[in-house]
Amino acid sequence: MTEEEILAGLTEILRETFADDQLIVTPETTAKDVPGWDSIRMVSILIAVEERFGIKTRSREIDRLRSVGDFVQLIQAKQKAA
Amino acid sequence: MLRPEFGWLPADLGWNARIKALEQQDEVSWTELTALANYRIDLLQTERLDRLLRRHYADVPPKELATRPVRLAVLSSSTSAHLLPGIRVGALRRGIWLSCYEPDYGQYWQELLNEASALYRFEPDIILFAFDARHLASGFTPPGDAEQAESAVNDALERLRTLWHLARERLHAQVLQQTALPVLPPLLGDNEHAMPGAPAALLLQLNAKLREIAAKEGVSLVSVDSWAMRHGLDAWHDPVWWHRGKQEISPAAGPFYGDLIGRLLAAMQGRSRKCLVLDLDHTLWGGVVGDDGVEGLVLGQGSALGEAYLAFQDYVRALSERGVILAVCSKNDPDVARAPFEVHPEMRLKLSDISCFIANWNDKAANIRTIAKELNIGLDALVFADDNPFERELVRKELPMVAVPELPDDPALYAECLAQSGYFEAIAITAEDRARTKQYQANRERALLQEQATDLDSYLRSLEMRLLWRRFDTVGLQRVTQLINKTNQFNLTTRRYTEEEVRMMMQDPNIVGLQFRLLDRLGDNGIIAVLIGRLQENGDLYLDTWLMSCRVLGRGVEEATLNVLASEANRLGARRLLGEYRPSSRNGMVAEHYPRLGFAPVAGGESGVARFVLPLNDYVPRETHIGIVEE
Repeated sequence: MTEEEILAGLTEILRETFADDQLIVTPETTAKDVPGWDSIRMVSILIAVEERFGIKTRSREIDRLRSVGDFVQLIQAKQKAA
Repeated sequence: MLRPEFGWLPADLGWNARIKALEQQDEVSWTELTALANYRIDLLQTERLDRLLRRHYADVPPKELATRPVRLAVLSSSTSAHLLPGIRVGALRRGIWLSCYEPDYGQYWQELLNEASALYRFEPDIILFAFDARHLASGFTPPGDAEQAESAVNDALERLRTLWHLARERLHAQVLQQTALPVLPPLLGDNEHAMPGAPAALLLQLNAKLREIAAKEGVSLVSVDSWAMRHGLDAWHDPVWWHRGKQEISPAAGPFYGDLIGRLLAAMQGRSRKCLVLDLDHTLWGGVVGDDGVEGLVLGQGSALGEAYLAFQDYVRALSERGVILAVCSKNDPDVARAPFEVHPEMRLKLSDISCFIANWNDKAANIRTIAKELNIGLDALVFADDNPFERELVRKELPMVAVPELPDDPALYAECLAQSGYFEAIAITAEDRARTKQYQANRERALLQEQATDLDSYLRSLEMRLLWRRFDTVGLQRVTQLINKTNQFNLTTRRYTEEEVRMMMQDPNIVGLQFRLLDRLGDNGIIAVLIGRLQENGDLYLDTWLMSCRVLGRGVEEATLNVLASEANRLGARRLLGEYRPSSRNGMVAEHYPRLGFAPVAGGESGVARFVLPLNDYVPRETHIGIVEE
């Protein structure tokens, strides 16, 4: 999958999570930019991501996530490895 | 990825569009929300539905709800916030409105002991104790000593028992207890039990003993350990989330966990489904009996499919033995449809197992309506099992209150699909449950007798009825509570009470609680009426509750019940009976109940509520064909 495709999928998940169709998501977006993106929501997002992209995230990888861009790269790296 | 799924609910690709449309409306009806809950939805969809639910019905339940609103406190030893959306949606799926309270985790002792705590202010009806395995195992000292290990398990159980008593006695709440999820890694391996005090083995012991004491104490369990066994522990628990946010139950399993709570709440209100309506061709046997003939059916030993159908029949038969009523709804000529039941040697189900058998060429929705009417139960008590997606969709569309499980293609999976759905969830088995099929068959015989008898009087005489009555007692408690919570039509006031509340009434000298059982020569109808009277200072016995099962209408049971009531009221020193009719959307049939029994209308009481009195000093027992027996 290309980075664009992954970002599009991630955007869909975030829009569904926060029930906001207008939500703009860029690689620079962080949890702080989105109201309601707390640690509990983060777990729901991770679970949706795992299901959609067919990957399993690890504790260290989650800790290293700082932005949506990190997220996209992690997903791409894991998909390649698989 | 692995997660427990609602396999019995239909998938809907348009679900997200449907909820989006509702999100843009100013008002959303409860029915629309319930409908959305009854699809195969995942975690994000469940959370989204929960947000919509709370936006419209956060603080106040909708009006005219057939179910009883529930205040649920979740007392947990680790994170439980991620489970609440699933729990609320699980209740919604069964039409139950829920208010949840959850103190900070690990605070449950303080909250239970301090009567000024937020828990007491919340006044829960039900308390769910959800403890993680490590918390339950915290008293398990280093392994090695067998004696110490046993006492550690007993101490853990004793702590639970203390919590249950606090919840019941101080908060008058019913208790749900979650079992321990077997998440602790083994130290030995397959022979873990060979090491005294090994934590993983102790957890298994704890769960086994928990089941014994819960049954004794009348506490209902949420058996997450059994479900983890069915779906695989990995589907229920992910160490990554445990270490990240102390979420022992994986968020991905949250919707399913919530559904387990929802089905238990429904069962506690006596609102589980009661009747399984079965299609025949390709559902109970392979093939089409009208085309293939009885001898051409795929059923029984000799082929994989035939054995799968047989196993499904076995399961259905076992369900019927534990109280689920069976009916047949088939597009067939009636004689053709009955033939396999009569002559096929491998058939496990017999005609005598089926309480209502309908085979014709009408549409199935119409036939299902007839079945509900003949059995005298609500459409919302039915589950319709049919292999044909067309028929399923038709019934879902015409009769949304009927549950229509999405039977898998392979008959080998039918039983599992029904079992996972929880439609027939029951928390205990009463004697009535076991005898139910017989009762419904006897009802049909009574109807036949009635046709034969020349007049009603001689028919009623021929039934040789006896009305057995008793005050409320622990033996009848479950059935009495069941009736209080599910009777809608013959119910003068539609007041709902929990088992704990009924238990309290048994101790109050100014309350007379009576249960009635009707026997006749065709069988035992079970407990069919419940009466609660409250003695007031002015000498009136206020009839808080009068309800009766519609099965026994038109037999003079009301009059016989009044005779018992009058003599009990006299014994208490009451001067008058004071009755009330509180109209609901379903109880129009009893609007004239008190006038029919000779009560006189009287002013007073709340607006919209009709009151009636009957003086006791000149009471003349009403004539009936029913013998009265005090048990």
